[in-house]
Amino acid sequence: MASAVESLPVSGNHQPSEVRTCETTSLPVCLTAQQFIRWHAVVAVVFLLIGGIGALLLGLTRWPAVHLLDAQWYYRILTLHGLNMLIFWILSFEIAVLYFAGTVLLNTRLASKKAAWACFVLMVVGGIMVDIAIMNGKSDVLMTSYVPLKASPDFYLGIILVAVGTLIGVINYLATIYIAKRDHTYEGAVPLVVFGATAAAIIAVVTVLHGAVVMIPTFLWSMGWIENVDPAWYRITWWGLGHMSQQVNVCAMVSIWYLLATLTVGAKPLNQAVCRTAFVLYILFINLASAHHLLVDPGVGPGWKIWNTSYAMYLAVLASIIHGFTVPASVEAGMRAKGFTRGLFGWLAAAPWSNPGFSGFFLSLIIFGFGGGITGVVLGTQQINIMAHNTLRIPGHFHVTVVGGTTLAFMALTYYVVPLIFQRDFYAKALCRIQPYVFGGGITLFALGMSFAGSYGVPRRHWDVEFTGSQLAMGFDSGAYTMLGVMGIGALVAVTGLFMFILLVVAAVFVGPKIAGQAMEPWHEERQAPADAAAVDEDEHHTPGTLVLAGVFLLTFAVYYFANWKWLSDVWEVR
Amino acid sequence: MSIYNPPAGWFKAPAGVERLWVGLALTWCIIMSIAMPYWHFYGKQNPTGESYKVSVQEYGQRVAEFVKDNQVGDEGGIPIVEIPPGGDGYLLARMWSFYPIIKLKQGQTYRLHLSSSDLQHGFSLQPLNMNFQVLPGYDHVLTITPTSSGIFPIICNEFCGIGHHAMTGRIIVE
Ligand SMILES: [Cu+2]
Repeated sequence: MASAVESLPVSGNHQPSEVRTCETTSLPVCLTAQQFIRWHAVVAVVFLLIGGIGALLLGLTRWPAVHLLDAQWYYRILTLHGLNMLIFWILSFEIAVLYFAGTVLLNTRLASKKAAWACFVLMVVGGIMVDIAIMNGKSDVLMTSYVPLKASPDFYLGIILVAVGTLIGVINYLATIYIAKRDHTYEGAVPLVVFGATAAAIIAVVTVLHGAVVMIPTFLWSMGWIENVDPAWYRITWWGLGHMSQQVNVCAMVSIWYLLATLTVGAKPLNQAVCRTAFVLYILFINLASAHHLLVDPGVGPGWKIWNTSYAMYLAVLASIIHGFTVPASVEAGMRAKGFTRGLFGWLAAAPWSNPGFSGFFLSLIIFGFGGGITGVVLGTQQINIMAHNTLRIPGHFHVTVVGGTTLAFMALTYYVVPLIFQRDFYAKALCRIQPYVFGGGITLFALGMSFAGSYGVPRRHWDVEFTGSQLAMGFDSGAYTMLGVMGIGALVAVTGLFMFILLVVAAVFVGPKIAGQAMEPWHEERQAPADAAAVDEDEHHTPGTLVLAGVFLLTFAVYYFANWKWLSDVWEVR
Repeated sequence: MSIYNPPAGWFKAPAGVERLWVGLALTWCIIMSIAMPYWHFYGKQNPTGESYKVSVQEYGQRVAEFVKDNQVGDEGGIPIVEIPPGGDGYLLARMWSFYPIIKLKQGQTYRLHLSSSDLQHGFSLQPLNMNFQVLPGYDHVLTITPTSSGIFPIICNEFCGIGHHAMTGRIIVE
């Protein structure tokens, strides 16, 4: 670990009894924040478990050779899986990340303990309400609950409670930053990770407001107090919540990439002004990407679509492409400065691949960039969306953003959260070291199968590709079945990686060896740079390996992008 | 170091490879931004989202009239209805079928109306894999020109309840 002294801030605003100094990083840890970080993390993992069991059942149902659940249970579990994974697991973990970034990195106390309580209770109660509403069979409406599909009122109320809880947590974070500034607990600009987390927080506020605007009337409608909710209005407003919340995840994930790159290899961002500008682009433009889901809807004209999907959205895409370079470049610069200067990729080969914090982070970066990023932009292209809307290409895309990207980054961070915040050690470290590979490999295979099945026209959210009982028979090409098989196998591997993670974390958190008062055992031995290496490379702009990797990325992107335009030109003409 | 306050003087313009990359990325984003308006003017696949508010009853009447005036056949009790070239055809999505079967001629242009009498549905034309959203209360008009012939199944790809997986329809192109 690099010396923390270089910029350890002046003095915090903690009561002496409410702070400890981390033995590993020398950072000051607010004990109130630590308590809530622990609780939110534990609850997050419980939701992850519920969603994971759902994932297993769904994977085994959409694999035609198995076709496990009946139709009713398939849609019920699909509703459960979506909400527990995409909303409850992710938001709970994000609140924990915000509390960490806000307090520890700024040397401040958490602004309000009462607000933290309110946030925690509302999120847990809301989540449980929703899960009960789903399992009692009166809310088989899937995550999007498109009107006039109607769930029982407690389903909508639970979502509103979770949203309000999240909003309180986010405001508590922003208040924490404010008091840190007020009390001068740090000097100069906030750290990059805090900057990114703040971008996530700002987008989260806008997201939750959209959620309130759409969910409150829908709740009133489900109570029978208002007559009608317009389906087109619902879709456009719901996606203000639904897609924007994914941008919160992107911001949180990128912040965690920077955090883990620092913790694991002492990465050095080449130019923080560039990284920060990219975060600002997210705040300004990423909201417009919610137009993604409405590109073949009635009532939205070409002007609106082109505006929202072209330069407005691409300024946010630009931000991701920039992070996709600056993050690995920061790793390369850090490694070269340590003497790993051999060839183009000597720095990458010498990286600590046995450290799950590093492997999870780097796999997340690769999977998100090559998988999620490229498919996201292509599917969000106004006209190409015709060939993708509501097919398996859509979940094929977001399982490599929010699962292979965000969730894997959160897992990687957890390998540091448990020793540093829970002050417990892991058992079975060999399993910890392979877990990111199992999970990352499984989800990649899964998403590939899904995306290509979608290219054959297989719909998402659909119980039976044989169309049993339909008036007019329909079947898919055998290639679609092969791809659904690949998807099923990928699901099994990914779920194995998920359950490994949960078992390892639960064992460590509840019965792991206590390590309070001592530094954590490092996940990897620092390797010595080869003796024959050229002199330590201190030129921070000498990152040729990253440039090559980024070039391969851009080329892959261009090939897939233009191939899709070609495929589009082969379908019927439509205006 | 991303977890510490940056040293003074951190705010500076990008240089070296980083500047190169920002330039490349920006260029690529501009190319992609131009591609959509380009296709809008020169491409053949540009759904405009043309739509009108319509009540469920009124749309049901238009479908009934359309079937009465243009029916050319029957399959298993489902009418086969041919849209006159250049004319309007009405397809109804409902739990859980598309009604009626539509017949078209290759190379002719038609105005195909889509609406639902109950929940949201998805119009997914296979194996072409062309997909459009269908909402109750909205008459969504697609101006289409079939460029291939054969039998094209329609499937529903928006969840619409327990029978969703069995919701199909058909377009026949001669
Ligand atoms: Cu349907």
